[in-house]
Amino acid sequence: MSTIISASNLSKQFKEVTAVNDLSFTVNEGDVYGFLGQNGAGKSTTIRMLLTLVKPTTGAIHIFKKNLYTHRSEILKQVGAVIEKPDLYKYLSAFDNLAIFAKMSGMKPGKRLLLDQLQMVGLEERAFSKVKTFSQGMKQRLGIAVALIHNPSLIVLDEPTNGLDPQGIADMRNLILKLSREMGKTILVSSHLLSEIELIANRMLIIHKGKKMVEGNVAELLDPSKSLIQIDTLNNDEAREKLKHSKWNSFLQIETKGIHLKMNKDEVPQLISDLVTMQVQVLSVNSTHSLEDYFLSLTTQPGHVESFTN
Amino acid sequence: MWNLLQIELFKIFRKPRTYLAFAIIAAFIFLIQLGLLVNGKDWMKFMMGSLDEMMDIEYSKLVNGYAVCFFVLNLLLVHVPILVALVAGDIVSGEASMGTLRLLATKPVSRTQIIMAKYFAIAAYVFALLVWIAVISLVVSLAVFGVNDLVVAKEKYYLQIESADILWRYFSAFGFAFIAMMVVAAISLLLSTLSENSIGPIVATVGIIILCTLISEMEIPIYQKYIKPWLFTTYMLGWKGFFYIGADADNQTIKGSVENFPAILRSIAALLAYIVVLVSASIYFFRKKDILS
Repeated sequence: MSTIISASNLSKQFKEVTAVNDLSFTVNEGDVYGFLGQNGAGKSTTIRMLLTLVKPTTGAIHIFKKNLYTHRSEILKQVGAVIEKPDLYKYLSAFDNLAIFAKMSGMKPGKRLLLDQLQMVGLEERAFSKVKTFSQGMKQRLGIAVALIHNPSLIVLDEPTNGLDPQGIADMRNLILKLSREMGKTILVSSHLLSEIELIANRMLIIHKGKKMVEGNVAELLDPSKSLIQIDTLNNDEAREKLKHSKWNSFLQIETKGIHLKMNKDEVPQLISDLVTMQVQVLSVNSTHSLEDYFLSLTTQPGHVESFTN
Repeated sequence: MWNLLQIELFKIFRKPRTYLAFAIIAAFIFLIQLGLLVNGKDWMKFMMGSLDEMMDIEYSKLVNGYAVCFFVLNLLLVHVPILVALVAGDIVSGEASMGTLRLLATKPVSRTQIIMAKYFAIAAYVFALLVWIAVISLVVSLAVFGVNDLVVAKEKYYLQIESADILWRYFSAFGFAFIAMMVVAAISLLLSTLSENSIGPIVATVGIIILCTLISEMEIPIYQKYIKPWLFTTYMLGWKGFFYIGADADNQTIKGSVENFPAILRSIAALLAYIVVLVSASIYFFRKKDILS
């Protein structure tokens, strides 16, 4: 499976604010790659760097194994994107908007192709209506049509369910799954809605305050037999040192604060027994296994887990 | 590039705001023509002042299509920059505030191409605007007021240009005005690349024009010597030079001549230099810009 996106040590500094801090990740061919984070975590800035809207302060981006900044035009021909809300020319019709962006992508689209594309997103009856008369959901669907008109291999969707009603969210989810499973597209989708990512992504990255918290397979992260055990003791540094020199070392996660172990839940009693034997004074033991709990456990503390699945 | 230009033109000419300028110009010129049709002779008598007592002037011949057009251009070309700023000031910042700029900038075209296409599209708009002015102010005036010699006032004397020697001067004047308006468009474009809303660049362009015009008009030595030569407004009214006909030693006008052609060329060169600098700066800033809107 080839790598589609490879981002290495990306950072973006806006005056005194570090929006993205030393972020590295890879997206493989055929992935639906969930990009998770709270509002202001740095998701949109990262996506804008992938689309050349924002220039990284440091770091490198390779897409389709080519340097994004030296092969920009060549790469962007194969990329479709909806960035935050799909803002289009309100004074033009859906058809005209689609035609403009198709031409900008290097196409010479015929009327039939454009109408077929609008039909695919359920807008054929409103093809010649001005966008200013559209609901948020219709604009979002038109944005998707614009992103897909040139048949890109990589689709980047930044918060695609923002502002949509439940039916719109379900439609968007189904469309993403269809694009991935039936058309073999590689999709990078950002969201702060973890439940959405759980349903569509096969791999994911959690970003918090511009830093990578975790990257891995969603299935593994959600594996009920593999829980993340969080231990709080009277002296965490000492406890971590003791665990490092025990049989539990291989389960220990790399952290700057707190103690986390990735392990089967049924091994927890043995862990507690061993901790008592090692004279560690345990205050609490918690296990999390839903993605949401995991996400919250990471983003509500300053800890930094480099890799959960490795 | 041609593809991008077509798209930009499509966007400009599908905006209702674009046609506002054409409507304003039409209304303004028709009002002048109506006024001169009713009171043209009285107005011309007033303009000739003391000369009226010394000479036997045929006012019916003086108020002709060429004279009306010249009067219109004198009044109008000072205000057309505002109409140019209305469209040019919005061309990048309008897309930023609408949110379409980010979609535009993710397409496989370079930012330099985007700016150049936008500038050429403004050029097409300015050209259309000047053709519109030419048609209404010249063609309609000639049809309504007829053809005759043109009398042009210059400082303390008058120049008479034969009717057969006028038309090419108008074409040249409109050509010059096009270059002058493209300087205004370049200022608006630069401000537009730096802004995230449409109103700012439009107001700022108008403000810059007013300020520079005021400084150009002030006859204060320090301004005249050190500042005026650097202001684009100093060169913008150079179109009038085409109507200052040359004269021989006996003070007889020479058909097809211009009194100071090098001065016109210098003005054109200065305006072109402004365009190159401003458009280059627009490209530079737009290429560096982080699109966050």
